Amino acid sequence: MKRWFPILAVLTALLLAYAFYEALWVAPTERTMGDVQRIFYYHVPSAWTAFLLFTVNLVASLVYLIKRNPKADAVALVCAEVGVVFCTVVLVTGPIWARPVWGIWWTWDVRLTTTLVLWLIYVSYLVLRRFSDSAQTPMLAAVLAIFGALDVPLVYFSIWFFRTQHPQPVIGGGGSIDPRMLRVLLINWLAFLCFAFLVCWSRYRLEMLQREVDEAYSLESLGGAA
Amino acid sequence: MKYLYAAYLATWVIHAVYLGSLVRRSSRLRQQLKDLAKAR
Repeated sequence: MKRWFPILAVLTALLLAYAFYEALWVAPTERTMGDVQRIFYYHVPSAWTAFLLFTVNLVASLVYLIKRNPKADAVALVCAEVGVVFCTVVLVTGPIWARPVWGIWWTWDVRLTTTLVLWLIYVSYLVLRRFSDSAQTPMLAAVLAIFGALDVPLVYFSIWFFRTQHPQPVIGGGGSIDPRMLRVLLINWLAFLCFAFLVCWSRYRLEMLQREVDEAYSLESLGGAA
Repeated sequence: MKYLYAAYLATWVIHAVYLGSLVRRSSRLRQQLKDLAKAR
């Protein structure tokens, strides 16, 4: 499995480069916003990837709560951490798009606020994992993850159910998009999904190494005490 | 165009900072494993 990593990394880099080319030069220019609309090809796939990672975090947390499987706990931690990185991209690229289009960097709109709350919940999850040494930490984190995941549908459907300044959904919900733009959007999402998968894989290996080191230190301290 | 470039650049800076932190953590852990092996 390990030998596939460099091959997949090269393929992902090529796909990301192709997606970048498609987003900047192939996708048609939007009539009212102009080139700034192309931020959408990074902003939306990053949001979808973050939602997917938080959903995997929820499933892994539930598996951990039911079976107490440490691998499920590691998967939950990895997905939360990488999901926070993608959610950070969403919260940074959104205001950069909003400034020229809305004339403001930020507004306390439902979609924006729920996304910020989602980010804060998962940051607190990571803070809990980082600074708590208790044996109960994975269980507490799993419970927190369930509450965090409840915010994901709230963020996604907020623009369907509330009057909001955020653009309407491009897929479903009555929204429409030029098929050429949709194609570029999906290529970018695929590229970011592959990238997220590789980052999660690396982070999972690192987490396993961390647990190995922690175990070795505990054994050593037990040996010293004896 | 400056906003577009800023958004794309910010995206890759965020990912690069995170990947950099993973590389640092990985090398620190490998060093700890080596130290533990030596101590035994």
